[in-house]
Amino acid sequence: MSAELDSAAKFTEYAHPERLVTTEWLAERLGQPGLVVVESDEDVLLYETGHIPGSVKVDWHTELNDPVVRDYVNGEQFAALLGSKGIARDTTVVIYGDKNNWWAAYALWVFTLFGHEDVRLLDGGRDLWIAEGRPLTTDVTEVTPVEYPVVERDDSVIRAFKDDVLAHFGNPLIDVRSPEEYNGERTSAPAYPEEGALRAGHIPTAASVPWARAAAADGTFKPRAELDAIYRDEAGLEDGDDVIAYCRIGERSSHTWFVLAYLLGFEQVRNYDGSWTEWGSAVRVPIVTGAERGEVPTR
Amino acid sequence: MDATTLPARLSETREDFLALGVRDRLQLLLEFSNELPELPERYRDHPDLFEKVEECQSPVYIFVELEHGRVHLHATAPAESPTTRGFASILVQGLDGLPVDEVLAVPADYPQSLGLSEAVSPLRVRGMTGMLGRVKRQVRKRIAA
Repeated sequence: MSAELDSAAKFTEYAHPERLVTTEWLAERLGQPGLVVVESDEDVLLYETGHIPGSVKVDWHTELNDPVVRDYVNGEQFAALLGSKGIARDTTVVIYGDKNNWWAAYALWVFTLFGHEDVRLLDGGRDLWIAEGRPLTTDVTEVTPVEYPVVERDDSVIRAFKDDVLAHFGNPLIDVRSPEEYNGERTSAPAYPEEGALRAGHIPTAASVPWARAAAADGTFKPRAELDAIYRDEAGLEDGDDVIAYCRIGERSSHTWFVLAYLLGFEQVRNYDGSWTEWGSAVRVPIVTGAERGEVPTR
Repeated sequence: MDATTLPARLSETREDFLALGVRDRLQLLLEFSNELPELPERYRDHPDLFEKVEECQSPVYIFVELEHGRVHLHATAPAESPTTRGFASILVQGLDGLPVDEVLAVPADYPQSLGLSEAVSPLRVRGMTGMLGRVKRQVRKRIAA
């Protein structure tokens, strides 16, 4: 019961155009059965100030994370969450959010851990929708809960853990944080709260490609050629590479994961969600400071 | 936390939040967000006076002035950051016009006592803790000046 694909010309350059929709596509299909629009923002209240008519909210802090263990929700919790949002296993989900879809991409990545098949991003996100003068509402969305099956989360394909990273040396790593974090001048993004990493710097050999470089000024993804120039020519990724991206808690790197996997078509891309808040506090893991990538550690 | 040191308005705010379920606490925070007063005309073009609250994820700026021993708190945050605006509004409404010693006596963990950790997450609540700390620090600085 998937919604039809968006045939926008820009998307055809991407490896997986089926992962994106334009604002125009969405505007024409609001309210269509089998389609649920999800807003996922950094700010937990932004949705309440006005959202796309008929959309539901998924909050990364309070709904996608396990409340106790540092992990994502499990299959039962995910099934309950999606069912309560009116999302069935065969629903087409379009996710959008603030800040170049930063958190929207994170939500999409978590949905993908559970193998939700048809989940797409709204290119340009919340900001473009607003900039184009499209409607927002504060009306509460009436949701008819549905059954979502309990599906075991699969962490083996697109998620990397610390030990995976240690075993990954020699393969490309992409650090998507700010240059200040990469160099070791600070442990969290400029203007963001410190989140408790004990050491600053980056994982040895990681290339620095701040995540937002993938976004154009209007919040949409840059065209294919520009993305290739950044990730292939500049960062040195090649076809067939096994890539791990990381940031501070795995949110910004979800955005880069999306770009590498779905726009550029790399087949082995994992997001290390432990990221710097784990690596920067772990005992005896190698760290490099400064602007250089550093060497593969010898153990 | 010693309730006797808490200014009446902050105490009422806490009771209001705790009387609600988690979902409604978000709505109340949104109401606070909408009530954050506009900056007085005379400060609108003076970004230099304001201190950025680094603990907050969104840009929020605060400015404290003292008048006859009473604290006046001004804060500004963009409409796209309603949670941060809500935190600022709770403090502005709760502290504005109070004597210096009452502001300084507000327990540093007041933000954690509002029952917002479940509703917005502990990490986000830390932004409000940072804001309160900076307000008190500005008050101390102004007294010393």
